[in-house]
Amino acid sequence: MTAIERYAAPQSLDEALGILQQGEVTILAGGTDLMPQTKAGRVAFKPTLMNIGRVAGLKGVTLDGQHLRIGALTTISELLRDPLVAQHAPVLAEACDHFASDQIRNAGTLGGNINNASPAGDTLVPLIVLDTEVELASKPNGSVATRRMPLAEFFTGPGRTKRNANELLTAVRIPLPKPGHVARFYKFGTRPALDISTISIGIAGVMRDGTLTNTRVAFGAVAPTPVRAPRTEAALEGRRLDAGAIEAAADAARDEVNPIDDIRASAWYRKELIHNMTKRMLDHVAQA
Amino acid sequence: MSLKHDIEFTLNGVTKRLTVDVTMNALDMLRDVVGLTGTKYGCGEGECGACTVRVDGETRNSCLMFAVDLDGRDIVTIEGLAADPKADALRDAFVEHGAVQCGFCTPGMVMQAAHILDTNPDADANAIKRGLEGNLCRCTGYKKIVDAVESACCGGR
Repeated sequence: MTAIERYAAPQSLDEALGILQQGEVTILAGGTDLMPQTKAGRVAFKPTLMNIGRVAGLKGVTLDGQHLRIGALTTISELLRDPLVAQHAPVLAEACDHFASDQIRNAGTLGGNINNASPAGDTLVPLIVLDTEVELASKPNGSVATRRMPLAEFFTGPGRTKRNANELLTAVRIPLPKPGHVARFYKFGTRPALDISTISIGIAGVMRDGTLTNTRVAFGAVAPTPVRAPRTEAALEGRRLDAGAIEAAADAARDEVNPIDDIRASAWYRKELIHNMTKRMLDHVAQA
Repeated sequence: MSLKHDIEFTLNGVTKRLTVDVTMNALDMLRDVVGLTGTKYGCGEGECGACTVRVDGETRNSCLMFAVDLDGRDIVTIEGLAADPKADALRDAFVEHGAVQCGFCTPGMVMQAAHILDTNPDADANAIKRGLEGNLCRCTGYKKIVDAVESACCGGR
């Protein structure tokens, strides 16, 4: 284990990005993953430990033109009771309601859930089907630069993302829903609280005259990262959401996921869950 | 030698200044540095809630919190709640309903229950169960705990 040589608790984004530019940094936000992971030796501290909890401007939910902007330090509890999230992204609030426990929701941040990059991260699947973009800031040449990337392309493996070492995830942006927008989230676990998903499913699209367009389907805990399901989406896109289309989509979903056996479920069981729950969710969308 | 950092925070209404190891968790700090042992170590992973404390008005698992992150914050532990007359009804309800067996989960349960009643004074049994879902009890089967919190909520008015 590397010894920590420096602890910093910057108050501004500029200061935080300057510290990231200087060398290897472990970023601390809510700490709910960092503490147990480092204690268990699964994550090693870098020479600088930077607590970003006091950086101004990284918290809260605002409307930004045609987007909902959520600061990276917004806690899961804050998302759960935020009126803008309830109005424009209720499926995200629903996922937050299935997230760990009250004590953890009070500490855990949205940015932390994203950067932790767990294949089972509870907010990731709903954020992906809402076409969320992440905003990454850095200060390579003395001035702040930002770039955006679709969240669906952000993950490269368990615990790994395309965030560069000198970047900080500052916010996510979710396009405001179009008329007729529907979104659903489902998480399967053995108890409602404090459970890591066996599988999770997000489905979104625009439903008009019984037909689904702009279809988005994503799955959690069936691959090394949360994944979009292009074949399932294609089976639904522009089609009338009748029994035949729903069955075809559920079959496509089962065929395109490639989960593993682990302590929570066998691969076979996960594939059956994906099939049956995709079908049930689409039935509900069709009946709504 | 691991890196240390100076912090200052309010603990049960009193200002505290301490020097802590930057990797120390808030639970170890409370128990081993400050000497307040009411807050319990159960799992160390945020699963059991025995280490629940209140930080800036919200409950947190102290085992998951970096002690350095307490700098500038307002912390209440079970010892602070015990001295708060507003919590008398809740404590009496736990006694009256026999909501304590071995007692190990009780400080965390009471901290979280007080938070539920603070944020949702009209909480029904269902809301209380949801609020307590991060607290494990291996003795009571929960019914007496939920009954106790419900009576403190509605009977205590």
